[in-house]
Formats: sequence, structure tokens, C-alpha cells
Amino acid sequence: MEIIILILSGILFATAIYNLLQKQLLRIVIGTALLSHGAHLFILTMGKLKTGQPPILTDGVSDYTDPLPQALILTSIVISFGVTSLLLVLAYRTTQENKTDNMEQLRGKANE
Amino acid sequence: MIFAVLIPLLVACFIPTLSKAKNKIHTGIFTFFVPFFIFLYFIRFVGKDFTPIRQTYNWIPSLGINLDFYLDGLSLLFVLLISGIGSLVVLYSIFYLDKQERLGHFYVYLLLFMTAMFGVVLSDNVFVLYTFWELTSISSFLLIGYWHFKERSRYGALKSMLITIFGGLSMFGGFILLSVITGTTSIQEMISQTDVILSSDYLPLILALILLGAFTKSAQFPFHIWLPDAMEAPTPVSAYLHSATMVKAGIFLIARFSPIFSGYEGFFITVSLVGIVTLCWGSYMAVRQTDLKAILAFSTISQLGMIMAMLGFGTTAAVFAAVFHILNHATFKGSLFMIAGIIDHETGTRDIRKLGGLFTLLPISATLAIFGTFSMAGVPFPFLNGFYSKELFFEATLDLESASLLTELIPYLAILGSIFTFVYSMYFFFGVFTGPKKLNQLPKKPHEAPVGMLLSPIILVLGVILIGLFPNMVNAPFIQHAAEAVNSNAEYHKIGFWHGWDFTPLHMSLIVVALGIVLFLTRKKWSGVYKVLPGKLSFNRVYDGLVNKLDTYSAGITNSYMTGSLKLYMSLILATMIIVTTGFMLLTDGFTISSNNLADITIIEVSIVIIMVVAAIATIFTKHNMAALLILGVVGYGVALLFVIYRAPDIALTQFVVETITVALFILCFYHLPKLRKTDDSSGSKTLNAVLAIGFGAMMTLIGISAYSTNWFDSISDYFLKTSYKLGGGDNVVNVILVDMRGLDTLFEIAVLGIAALAIFSLIKLKKNKGAE
Repeated sequence: MEIIILILSGILFATAIYNLLQKQLLRIVIGTALLSHGAHLFILTMGKLKTGQPPILTDGVSDYTDPLPQALILTSIVISFGVTSLLLVLAYRTTQENKTDNMEQLRGKANE
Repeated sequence: MIFAVLIPLLVACFIPTLSKAKNKIHTGIFTFFVPFFIFLYFIRFVGKDFTPIRQTYNWIPSLGINLDFYLDGLSLLFVLLISGIGSLVVLYSIFYLDKQERLGHFYVYLLLFMTAMFGVVLSDNVFVLYTFWELTSISSFLLIGYWHFKERSRYGALKSMLITIFGGLSMFGGFILLSVITGTTSIQEMISQTDVILSSDYLPLILALILLGAFTKSAQFPFHIWLPDAMEAPTPVSAYLHSATMVKAGIFLIARFSPIFSGYEGFFITVSLVGIVTLCWGSYMAVRQTDLKAILAFSTISQLGMIMAMLGFGTTAAVFAAVFHILNHATFKGSLFMIAGIIDHETGTRDIRKLGGLFTLLPISATLAIFGTFSMAGVPFPFLNGFYSKELFFEATLDLESASLLTELIPYLAILGSIFTFVYSMYFFFGVFTGPKKLNQLPKKPHEAPVGMLLSPIILVLGVILIGLFPNMVNAPFIQHAAEAVNSNAEYHKIGFWHGWDFTPLHMSLIVVALGIVLFLTRKKWSGVYKVLPGKLSFNRVYDGLVNKLDTYSAGITNSYMTGSLKLYMSLILATMIIVTTGFMLLTDGFTISSNNLADITIIEVSIVIIMVVAAIATIFTKHNMAALLILGVVGYGVALLFVIYRAPDIALTQFVVETITVALFILCFYHLPKLRKTDDSSGSKTLNAVLAIGFGAMMTLIGISAYSTNWFDSISDYFLKTSYKLGGGDNVVNVILVDMRGLDTLFEIAVLGIAALAIFSLIKLKKNKGAE
């Protein structure tokens, strides 16, 4: 199963990168969102899947899943939420100010 | 000893404050006391029964890099030169530099240089030595470019820096090799392992690298080209850095490593040859110059070549003469530089064609110049120290250990170089002080310099005369120890003036004087020779060409990829990452796939995975905002479902909440954003994007599988499971990790979110066009 999840995470990465390389701002935002999903699954798999109970200490249970990747992912989810929302709003404002959402037209002028 | 290195640096920190009062008190007065007290401190070590002193201060002991200071005869000679000439130069600069100049900058650079130079000559650790060595290059760069509004100053500063730092880096490579071979970073310990070094295969490489450092620093042929351009610096700097001290750092380095390399034939050949060629070329070129300081610059090059050659000979007599000449050269060349500065200051020009007949106008300077130039020429008078070292040099050239064509040639080359030395010395003196007066060509009406400005050259000329009259006064207590540090076989060598008529060095001196006078008097007739040699042959041209090419090529390369297109940058970064990472993994055989230890596959998981894959791929092709949003939501909820299945309740909950809020936010923004369009990329560009995307995805999958299949370390998760309740007082291990074990991390995460929220708020609330230009 781990291999399947890693392939899934690879596909998420690939689609994320493809979206990131587009010209439209919106696609870039979608790309970053996909990138963080891929990364989360990647980290989760590193701690082995389904090895025991959820990491909430309970009497009589000795096998738990790895708590460390979960803690890392929790941090990451929150941060990527912040990044995605900021990017979204940034894209919104950029489009309003510059009347374009095409990255190639947002280069700035030479010698600026 | 550490204080000698650090005090100039400490005082330099206060100079900017002190220089604010420069209209009342010249900043140089404060600076003067630094080298002066260091000189007084070290002069007490001079004596017959001096023994080397070592002090160690820990710096980076784990790398073997410590502040090891080692004071032996050679270091003592240099320390006294640096502090002694330093005091005189600062004294001179008080009268030379106007109060309107940026005095604060000047003295900070000068003190920085003193620290660096003391560090170079006192360090026993090669890496510390290297650090200070580069610091001398940097302070020299700053001082040459002191009048930075002049284009020539900037050119000269850059040139000296490029050449000396190139040499410094080579030397650094040599030091690394040396320390790898010997397993120590101390020079003295390296000397005790001479056999190991001499039998190493890397010996030629080490020698070449270290010699490059020394030759560039000491302006040896063909790296001498930076020194004439360095004359753009204020004259006190030229007298100090580019004549008496910094350019002798290369000499110091060779002298320091002589005990190791002197047993190697390649050392003798290279150093002697380069030295003697520099001697001849420098003195030959000096005669052609018209700028007083340029004459002195080429003269310095040639004198350094002479010292270098003697160190290359390596015999006890040669080493003794070399060390003796380091001292003598500092006295007469220092005084001549100061006199050139006086002439420049009082007449407004340094062009020897406009000068003449100044003897009656500047009688004191002229008298001092007589001693300086005649000593430099090696005229056989018993009161000129230059003659003694010149004669010792001739003696050394006749008494070389190995026999080859080179050793046969060296005495003749020595005579040739000395003849031109004689010619330019006379040219300097008679060109400036005798002949017809050309007062109308001078920008200023010349008169004798103020006493303060004359003080330093007077002291130096007194040194010339005293050493000339009583050469053995400095011999046993001072020069002898320095020579012993370079060649441990050095015996006490009494210096005498008269050795009888049948003494070959005397004949050589007489030949030099006789031919020198002839060539000096007829110099107008043979000056055409410079059209043949160097003619168009110029190392400056090579340097300029190289620097220009470097500029054009690097600008071309940079412009080719810095196009302003973020997409291109992104593609380059990704391509590099894929190639380097995959390449490294392949080279080190890092990809492994093992099917052990895998969790079982269930239908429900596989179904979720398939849905997610389809959704992810669909994001690329969708053209409707709402559709894109829903598809992204599918992926996000899919991830959350997987979290549920993989027993991660906390993150599953968070993911659901965050995904929901994100969707809401997306809906808000999508309303205002333009519709998604079909990409208008060319098919080639699309293919490239796809290749990069698939390459990256495949790489990540392979890395993930390999990481999963290899298990080099035990997981640290057990620690959290065991101590969660004991240390954190919580059953939910994930929560304990976040709020207890990594509490600060979480705190900063909240801070990041807060900042993001503020940014979002202001981006939305700031009215359009408000605040825009």
C-alpha cells in the first residue's frame, strides 16, 4: 500500500508542477495547493501505514501509528493553508491592479 | 603577542569618532601611538640571546585552527619593520594629508592593514596566516582606491586585488595540501616533518601553489604589473604597503617555508630564476618611467626580485644577505618614497620631465635623496647600507651550491640588473635635483617641506647611514636571528667594508658603477631600445584583455538566463534539481525497492487513490473556475479520507476544516478572478512542462520508495510515545508533540499565520489606486 500511496503522491507532485509552470496566476495557486497535498502524503508514508492504533495513549494498547509525521503534517497543513490563502488574495489583487493574470505580462520593465 | 595583532583593530573602532574632531586634532596623532608603542614593546626582544616565543589561543580547535603566534628572528624583523616604518609613515601622513580629506577612512584602513600584517608575520597556523594574508589584500585595495573619484585609482585597486587574491587562493590550496600531508596546521610542526613533505608526490603542486601566492604578493615577474598601478594610492601608503611591508609578505612566506623546500631542486630553480629575471626586468623598466613614483615602483619590483633570488639560492651567505637587504631596502626605499611625496606635495607634479634643478630650492630633501639613491645604487661608500647588501648579494651569486647553466648565468644577470639599478637611481636623483630649473612648468612654487614632513625621511636616512657605518651593530642581535630562522645552518657573519683588491664582488661593484655611469650619461642615445623590448609586449595588455573578456562573457551568460520570466527560472531550478538529485542517487546506487514490511491493500483505499489521481490530472484540463475548485476539493477531501484510514484523527479533522475554509475562500476569490483559459503555450513548451512535471513526480516517488525501503536509523517516535504522558501530561501524543515538545515551533507557526492574515486583510482592504503611484 505504501508504494501505491507514494505513486499517488508522485502524481500529485507532477500535476502540481505542471500547473505551476502555467502562465495563468490561478493555475499557479492550484499548483501550490496540490504540491502541499503531495508533500503531506509523502511525509505520512515515511512513518509506515496502519501499524497500530491512533497515537492516543489507551490502556492495554501497545501498538500505535507513528505520531511524529502526523505532528509535522499538522503544522504543514496550517502553514500551507496560510500560503494558499495569501496567494489567492495576492492573485486577486494583482489581477485587479494590472488588468492581467498572465505571468508573462507581469515581468516588469527592463532596468526597473 | 595577540595584543599587537588586536590593538590596531580595536583602535580602528574608535577612529571614526575621533575623526569628527579632525579640524582641531589631526586623526593621525591618535593613530601614531599604536605602531609606536608596539615598536617599543617589541624592540626589547632585540639582543644576542633571543629565543623564539610561542603563544596559543584557542579559536576553532576542532579544525586545528588556533591563534598560534610564534615570534622568532624572522617575525621579529618584520614586526619591527611594520611597527617602525608604520610609526614613521603615520607621522609623515599627518603633514601629507590635508584635514579636508576623509581622514577617518584612511586611518581605519591603515590600522586594519597593521592588524593584518602583524597577523601574517606572527601566525604559526597556516590557515590563520591565510586569513590575515587576504586581509592585507583587502586593506591594500581600500587604500589604493582611497581617492576613489579617480578612475586610475579604481583601476589600480581592482588590479592589485584581483592579482593578489588570485595568488592568495592558490596559496590556500597549497596550505590545505600541506596540512593534509602532514596532519598539522602549524608551520613549525610542518618544518619538523620536512622529510614527509619532500617525499610526497604532491610536492611540485604544493610548491607551485605556494609560490604563486608569494610571487603575486611580492610583485614578481610576470605578476609585477599591479604594483606600478598601485602607486595611485596616497604616497604614505605607497611607502608603507607597496615598498616596505605588504609586498614583502611574499618574501616572508618564502623565507618562512625555506626550511622545508630548500632541499628541493625545483625550489632553487624557480625562485632564483623568477627573482633574478624580476631584478633585471624591474630595473630595466624603471629607467623608462617618467613618474617619480613609477620609477620607485619598478625599483621596488627589482629589489624584491633581488631578495627573492637570494632566498632561492638558499645558501647561508645568501639568506643572510637577503634578510639584511629586507632591512636596508625598507630604510632607503621608505625615505625615497617620502621624498617623492614631498616633491609632489611642494611642486604639484611627479613628472620627472617637468622637474629639475630643485637642489637649491629643497636642499634638505635633496641631501636626503643623495643618501637614499646612492645607497640604492650600491655605490661603494662605507656609510651606505645598500652597498653592503649589494656586495653580499654578489658574493652569494658566486657561491652557489649546485652547478648548472643557471648558476653560471646568475652572476652576469646580477651585474646586468645592478647596472640598471645604478642608472635609475642616478636618473631619479639628477633628474629631479640638478639640471636647468623649469619653474614655469610647475603647478606650484616649490619650497622646502615643513619640518614634520622631513622628520620621517631624516630618521630613515639616519638608519641608512648608521647601518652603513656600523653594519655589525644590527648584525648579531637582530639580522643573525632572522637568518637562523630561515636557514638553521646560518653562522655568524661579520660584515666588513674592505676585503682587499682581489675580492671578486668588489670588481663586480666597480664594473656596475663604471658601466652605470656610461649608460646614465648616454641614456638618451640608447632609449630606442625600449621600442624593441618591451615594445608591444605588455603583461598589462594580457591582464586587461582577460578582465574585459571575463566581463563580457559573464554578462552574456547572465543575460541569457536572467530574462525576467519566472517560468524560465522555475524550469531551470526544477531541471537542475531533477538532474542533480537523480544523478547523485544513480551514482551512489541509492534507488532501492523492497516489498518487505508493507501494509496490506484494501479496495476502499485503492478506490480513493484512483479518484484522487483522476481529479489531480483533471485540474490540468479544466476550463471552468467552479469545476477547478470542485476538483481541487475532491483531492483535498481524498487526502483527509486517507488520513482517517491511516489512523491520524487529528490531521484528518484539521484537513477537513482547512479544506472547507479553503473552498469558501476560493469561491470568494474566483468570483472576481478571470476565467480559466485554455493554455496558449506552444506544443514544444507543453511537452517540456510535461517532461519536467513527470520527471519531478517520478523522482519524488522513487525517493520515497527508496527511503521507505532503507532503514539506517531507528525512528525517534518511540521516545514521544513513551514520554508523552510523563513529560507532557497528555494522552494524545500528536497534541503533546505540537504544544509541548515543539511548543516554540507552534508558536512561530501561529505568528506566521497571523502575519499572513494581516497581509490578506490589507491586500483586500487597501483601496485600488490608493498608495499606488
